[in-house]
Amino acid sequence: MAGAAQYSDERAREIIAAHMGLEGPALPILHALQAEFGYVPDSAVKEMATALNISRAEMHGVVTFYHDFHSAPHGRHTLKICRAESCQSMGAEKQANDFLARQKLEWHQTTPDGSLTVEPVYCLGLCAHSPAALYDGEPIGQVDAATLDEIVAEAKGE
Amino acid sequence: MTKIYIPLDMAAVAMGADRLAAAVAKEAAARGQQVEIVRNGSRGMLWLEPLIEVETPAGRVGYGPAKVKDVASLFDAGFLTGGAHALSIGVVEEHPWMKRQNRVTFVRCGVIDPLSVADYEAHDGFKGLKRAFEIGSAAIIEEVAKSGLRGRGGAGFPTGIKWKTVADCAPGQKYVVVNADEGDSGTFADRMIMEGDPLSLIEGMAICGYAIGASKGYVYLRSEYPVVAKVFQAAIEKARDAGWLGQNIKGSGFDFDVELRIGAGAYVCGEETSLLESLEGKRGIVRAKPPLPAHVGLFGKPTVVNNVLSMATVPMILEKGAKHYADLGVGRSRGTMPLQIAGNVKFGGLFETDFGIPLGTIVNDIAGGTRTGRPVKAVQVGGPLGAYVPVSLFDLPFDYEAFAAKDSLIGHGGLVVFDDTIDMLWMARFGMEFCSIESCGKCTPCRIGSTRGVETIDKIRNGQDVEKNIELLKDLCHTMKFGSLCALGGFAPYPVESALRHFPEDFRKSALEAAE
Ligand SMILES: Cc1cc2nc3c(=O)[nH]c(=O)nc-3n(C[C@H](O)[C@H](O)[C@H](O)COP(=O)(O)O)c2cc1C
Ligand code: SF4
Ligand code: FES
Repeated sequence: MAGAAQYSDERAREIIAAHMGLEGPALPILHALQAEFGYVPDSAVKEMATALNISRAEMHGVVTFYHDFHSAPHGRHTLKICRAESCQSMGAEKQANDFLARQKLEWHQTTPDGSLTVEPVYCLGLCAHSPAALYDGEPIGQVDAATLDEIVAEAKGE
Repeated sequence: MTKIYIPLDMAAVAMGADRLAAAVAKEAAARGQQVEIVRNGSRGMLWLEPLIEVETPAGRVGYGPAKVKDVASLFDAGFLTGGAHALSIGVVEEHPWMKRQNRVTFVRCGVIDPLSVADYEAHDGFKGLKRAFEIGSAAIIEEVAKSGLRGRGGAGFPTGIKWKTVADCAPGQKYVVVNADEGDSGTFADRMIMEGDPLSLIEGMAICGYAIGASKGYVYLRSEYPVVAKVFQAAIEKARDAGWLGQNIKGSGFDFDVELRIGAGAYVCGEETSLLESLEGKRGIVRAKPPLPAHVGLFGKPTVVNNVLSMATVPMILEKGAKHYADLGVGRSRGTMPLQIAGNVKFGGLFETDFGIPLGTIVNDIAGGTRTGRPVKAVQVGGPLGAYVPVSLFDLPFDYEAFAAKDSLIGHGGLVVFDDTIDMLWMARFGMEFCSIESCGKCTPCRIGSTRGVETIDKIRNGQDVEKNIELLKDLCHTMKFGSLCALGGFAPYPVESALRHFPEDFRKSALEAAE
């Protein structure tokens, strides 16, 4: 994410404390931590385990279970390309593979300059406009090769 | 002041609705025209998105799909008074695709301003809840049961029975949980309701809470729907401000509130017990049943878990009475089904109709056949765990039992159409791969079976011992079907087995190529 904040234990503790009034606060905390720092650092996982009174191993298990949370920083921008069935019916698989080959990337990888991470996603609910993608939370329908390349250029330019 | 509607629906936004709305506002200002732009939900004619509607004395006239570059010419053509333009579809309500439907759950979607409580009330909103307050818990549950409403989340379990089980539990903390995980490919009905008519979901939850004695409801929404999260959160706040959520709702003595929670990209969290684990802050691992969530649910308390559509249909059932709903449909599939038409089709979108319409009518007639113009080869019905149905079964009526009789399912009502370029061996492989990526890992048949399934299909693709490996694949499917704890592992064989059954030639191409 663009403009992610520098990690500090103190800030992590603040974020955690702000959610402790919720029932079952773990997921809201993890989303908030990732929104703030761009990833969920191990130190933050340790702070969460302490606050929620569970073992670090258990907390680690929660973070790694979900596809959304990552323990190392991603690129400044994220492009999620749908590869579920509806998008495949409109040629998404080949389009995505060609795109990855053009960019010399594999799924889940980040461009060498750190500008863009490319991830697979399994349906965005845009299946009447397949193939679909999501760029930094912005939905895009009927994606073609040119659009994907423009996104890379835009991400690099910022 | 002319009222213009431009959808805020995620699919419309994906096709440029936000940019279009900005361009229309700018152009109107430049021309000194007084307009009010309402961001409505989608009417479901998704191939026309973004669809601009203009309120005229003759009705709401539609223009779509409209791009920013069309804005000037729309103004030039006098679209503010319904003027003729190449993009005009005439009065939206009169459009043949709209007229053929029977909109019950989606009756307000695309029509009203989703974030206006007043607009919702003007379209019969909160009448169901008011009646619920009058008739009380037992009578509410009886209405829901008598309506024949079955859960729209895929399994088709009767909603009334579920509610009664929770209502019959000893008083104390109970929960209403809405499953808005909608992970299936080809489905978007939950999303459309939450964007286009979110107050109907909130009203349904309040009715449920009142009936079962719960004061708290959670909506578990998938993270892949960022636009929905914004709209639905705003709707919760509007409902609270208007006194339809919170303490002592409208003087009824009933307290109820709703909280939105966002998932984290795990398909299995759509399974209800996994969803509860996730809400509790744990890994989304499926719980063994029994105990049912109705008895031991969220934080160990009795909990109703319902799909978005099931819950959003309840206000209408309370308002109009059980019979009105039960009179629609066929056999044990009562009411209407919001079909989600997707994939390689000309007219993709949401089409709500009574149960019983033949599959071929949906694909060839309503959806207009393929977008590529090539012949249809298969339709996957009911999401990634649903079977691939060949054209030879197109007379199958859309209802739970008829599909089950053909080893298929209708699930959440999603249809993904494929043309003849699709390789069914590849789709079978993808089905297994998806299962292996998304398996929660609790049971061996699903966790290991799906990985072995991918390997076995790869061997078939490579032409290695094809017949032997096909037998092995069938055997694996059998083990997964009968040995898995939940339907992820248990239903993953449906796409694979149906591909094998209906398209055997696709599994033997490599052997043929080798022989040539
Ligand atoms: C792997 C898996 C994924 C599921 N995903 C969803 C989902 O996304 N939405 C949903 O409503 N139900 C889903 N279900 C079904 C739920 O477990 C449950 O049956 C449903 O939420 C109950 O609500 P209903 O009675 O209103 O249908 C899924 C089930 C399985 C096994
Ligand atoms: S079938 Fe798969 S997803 Fe379901 S409980 Fe077993 S391992 Fe988990
Ligand atoms: S399958 Fe790609 S958006 Fe639904």
